[in-house]
Amino acid sequence: MKPLLDVRGLVTEFPGPSGKGLRAVDDISFQLSRGEVLGLVGESGSGKSVTGFSLMGLIDKPGKVTAGQILFDGEDLVAASPERRRGLRGRRIAMVFQDPMMTLNPVLRIGTQITESLHAHERISRRAARARAREALAMVGIPSPDERLDAYPHEFSGGMRQRVAIAIAMLHQPDLIIADEPTTALDVTIQAQIISEFQKLTEEQGTAVIWITHDLAIVSSLADRIAVMYGGRIIETGGIASVLETPRHPYTHGLIRSVPSENSRGSRLAQIPGVTPSLARMPDGCAFRTRCKRATEECHARPEQFGTELSYHRCFHPYEEVYA
Amino acid sequence: MLTALIRRAIQAIFVILAMTVIVFIGINVIGNPVDILINPDLNQAERARVVEHLGLDLPLWQQYLHFLQGLLHGDFGDSFVYNRPALGVIMERFPATLELALSAMFIAIVVGLPLGLYAGLYPERLSSRLIMSGSILGFSLPTFWVGLMFILLFAVQLGWLPSNGRGETVGFLGAGWSFLTRDGLAHLFLPALNLALFKTSLVLRLTRAGVQEVLPQDFIKFARAKGLQEHRVVLVHLMKNLMIPVVTILGLEFGSLIAFSVVTESIFGWPGMGKLIIDSINLLDRPVIVAYLMMMVVLFVMLNFIIDIAYTLLDPRVRLDGGN
Repeated sequence: MKPLLDVRGLVTEFPGPSGKGLRAVDDISFQLSRGEVLGLVGESGSGKSVTGFSLMGLIDKPGKVTAGQILFDGEDLVAASPERRRGLRGRRIAMVFQDPMMTLNPVLRIGTQITESLHAHERISRRAARARAREALAMVGIPSPDERLDAYPHEFSGGMRQRVAIAIAMLHQPDLIIADEPTTALDVTIQAQIISEFQKLTEEQGTAVIWITHDLAIVSSLADRIAVMYGGRIIETGGIASVLETPRHPYTHGLIRSVPSENSRGSRLAQIPGVTPSLARMPDGCAFRTRCKRATEECHARPEQFGTELSYHRCFHPYEEVYA
Repeated sequence: MLTALIRRAIQAIFVILAMTVIVFIGINVIGNPVDILINPDLNQAERARVVEHLGLDLPLWQQYLHFLQGLLHGDFGDSFVYNRPALGVIMERFPATLELALSAMFIAIVVGLPLGLYAGLYPERLSSRLIMSGSILGFSLPTFWVGLMFILLFAVQLGWLPSNGRGETVGFLGAGWSFLTRDGLAHLFLPALNLALFKTSLVLRLTRAGVQEVLPQDFIKFARAKGLQEHRVVLVHLMKNLMIPVVTILGLEFGSLIAFSVVTESIFGWPGMGKLIIDSINLLDRPVIVAYLMMMVVLFVMLNFIIDIAYTLLDPRVRLDGGN
């Protein structure tokens, strides 16, 4: 079966100080089937959010996608007209943002912000749109939705606002939702609620999800597959169990080892030495080689994707053994 | 709301009282009106009679108390020059100034807002840079000089527009208005443009700054992620946030337009309050000066209150009485 989303060699560049483009997203490829959940994991600055915005066609100027294809249901979005992309946004590809305190317009009523999204994509009467908005709020578990439609965002808590954002994203039953760390700004108990709510809704409607996060624990609990990003590239991807249990790339390996767990209590927490290099001074070849203890001369060349389209890593010296 | 209103009214009274004290003392320092107003050929007895008639023989504090007493009866005293109630003299001139200020404000908004929006949305375009450079001129060229240049160019050289007076007026709402006739409009155009120049630059730069501040916010991106048409993102999501600072400043500036139209009125021979107050200061016509300044204070206090109300309408997060 044809995948819902097939990203091939996507490059997103921002103009650098010296005039040459800085690659925030550097030649990434991945696939996503209908109903599948992909965890896109990486540190800040690894390019995971830029990947999400590239898929949406919402890269801040002057950045832009300079190479590659985004095949969505067989159609290349990179080549699509702006109006075509607008028509898909919110309707077939939706997005939930990181900070719910910032995503809703402070001076517009909640109801307006929901119904305008309906009016943007279909011919619908005001009354019908309001009814749909009310249903949408009820669906994400907001009490007395009828009154809440007339409220302003500042009258909602952070968790409630994120529910509203999710309701807006789910409004048109999209094929794909890009969730950009939607729980990072929330406190832990609310996080769990939002995650389970989100999971329930997307499962019910068969929505594919790209869940962008730096939190491996969240990914392991809800994703089918995982893609690990470093320096704008996907350095390892595969099924969630296989990647987390037998990581091949030294970076993934280090990332997993640095998660605190029951077993490591009392001992010093493992960490990856060094810091993420900035985009402007990304090393040639393997981006991770300056921090990698397995690096050799060979790593000055750029590693290919070793493996299949769905499960690969980019490392000349991968771990072969089962992670212990 | 009502308590806020009453509190404002009480504050206003104190401000006005403080103001009258300052003006009374200040005016006494400037000079003695007797020297200017009274015919030097009069003999001593006649002279004493006039001084007594004007109430200028009393010590300053008694003059002030007399003034306050009159104020309680709605009497601002009679103009030394016109020998009529000072307030009446001012109110006769008020429509002319109001008309000039409103016209200038209209020009500032109609020209400044769209240009500022354009310059903010497309900052990299050459036309935007030209607009911004132009606004620097509007800011820094002195009003009187620009006014003289306007007269030189449009009235003297080209002979397109008249440079003096209000032209033909039409009675409406108990006052004469220039903008209702072709001739009046021609007379109004140059002084209004002259007065508007600074405000236009102000509105323009304020709008542009607002655009640049609001545009990068998440809620704008989220609005786009919903698939809204660009005109809705700009005209609703952007503009509603933008208008909050613009309305605040414009409201305050309107007061200053009325109060400081002195220069423009003098240059273009516009028979408004500004010209009156300059003449009154030259002749030391104390009652008119005091009444005028009091009127300005009342105007500013009222404008502030109107702005506060407009503010609550524009920004749902703000409430006058601090929460519901």
